[in-house]
Amino acid sequence: MNTSTSAKPRALAVLFAPVFENNPIALQILGICSALAVTANLKTALVMSVALTLVTAFSNLFISLLRHQIPASIRMIVQVVIIASLVIVVDQVLRAVAFDLAKQLSVFVGLIITNCIVMGRAEAFAMQNPPLPSFLDGIGNGLGYSVLLIALGITRELFGSGTLIGYRVLPTVADGGWYLPNGLLLLPPSAFFLIGLFIWALRSWKPAQVESPAFRMAPQVREQEP
Amino acid sequence: MPDPRETPLAVLRIALLVSLVCSMVVAGSAVGLKSMQLENRRVDRERHLLAIVGLHDRALSATEVAERFRASITPHLVDLDTGAYVASPPGHDRFDPLTWEGSRAATDPVLSRALSRSEDIAGIQRRERYAVVYKLMKGERVDALILPVRGYGLWSTLYGFLAVDADLDTVLGLRFYQHAETPGLGGEVDNPRWKALWPGKRLFDTDGELRLRVGKAWGDDQDSKWRVDALAGATLTSNGVNNMIRFWLGPQGYGPLLKRLRQEGF
Repeated sequence: MNTSTSAKPRALAVLFAPVFENNPIALQILGICSALAVTANLKTALVMSVALTLVTAFSNLFISLLRHQIPASIRMIVQVVIIASLVIVVDQVLRAVAFDLAKQLSVFVGLIITNCIVMGRAEAFAMQNPPLPSFLDGIGNGLGYSVLLIALGITRELFGSGTLIGYRVLPTVADGGWYLPNGLLLLPPSAFFLIGLFIWALRSWKPAQVESPAFRMAPQVREQEP
Repeated sequence: MPDPRETPLAVLRIALLVSLVCSMVVAGSAVGLKSMQLENRRVDRERHLLAIVGLHDRALSATEVAERFRASITPHLVDLDTGAYVASPPGHDRFDPLTWEGSRAATDPVLSRALSRSEDIAGIQRRERYAVVYKLMKGERVDALILPVRGYGLWSTLYGFLAVDADLDTVLGLRFYQHAETPGLGGEVDNPRWKALWPGKRLFDTDGELRLRVGKAWGDDQDSKWRVDALAGATLTSNGVNNMIRFWLGPQGYGPLLKRLRQEGF
């Protein structure tokens, strides 16, 4: 399924495979919750992307450095402790340097701890690979997450409020322009539709990503008369 | 042969070591960044104080906020039990009204007291003895009084400000700078359309009794100037706001201060 099984994954492949080949959101369908919540405007999507990329990269690095010391019986707890510490540090830094954004992101920075991408990469990659590839794998998966968040952020902010990072791009009717904003795009469900469309586009481009159905529906049985 | 990493001693050692290093990193970042965070909180509070009286109309930088704040708003430390202005809380010679937060003082056993269950309608458990209130000045004249309020909603304590006109009866606005209510339900306390219901409401009836409430219309008070419509789908948050108003304008809150100001003027 991914590159973690080969003995010496090539650095570039490790870095860029998660962007389109093995995208954590589009192929593995992980990290959807924050992708819905923080993409109503591009600025929060960007900050969240950076935060998650840093956490994934450094948690992979530290877990990989410790991988020969971590006993299998408590490995998950050790991983969570490391991830949680990194998330708290990121949260504290955001509150110190970007207070308004930290307020907008509210619980979602803290919830990076439970983001399946971080834990998934720690368990699937960093526990078996040396530090440098693990670090690159973290960056790569962060990039894969970021690509989708930024695409969602641009689409939702541009067509939902006619702005990008707060700057007016499409003059809205309310301000005397011609563009009538689509309010649906500001609501979380729109991110679901957009992620669905993105996955459809990606799998049409790379048909290898289409999963074989887990089961097949039986042809409809005629209703029995009682 | 068992894995040497799996002996109880080895497991315990790595667990302790990881916890120790991580706790030092977390504590270090929290302590090292504290002064910047407190400064951000101060600027944020000042933004809200300016916004509630309509002085924060566009994106202002932190220095512009500080300038405007100092030019138009005068903070006062108040002894809540007597309603008198005091220079500094006992034992706090380096008192700075700009960084003083009542909710922080309420965790200090000397500067606060526990509320009995019947007193504690706002669900805050302890109330500070000294609070900072803010006077909005128009030249020499006092234009408005801004009172910090807080109270428990559904999940969280809501922290905010209530602005009252110089007649000490007409509401100028209510806004919260910190809460963790459900976005879309209780979180609608931040909705501009709900906040717009507050200006112009009256606090007291003709006998001087606190009458303003947050809730559903009863009978003929459909357009009452003493009622703010509750938030649909957020009954407990609305009740929390209602209790907060009743607590802070009552005898345990700013009651003594308002009484004194009515008698003696500002």
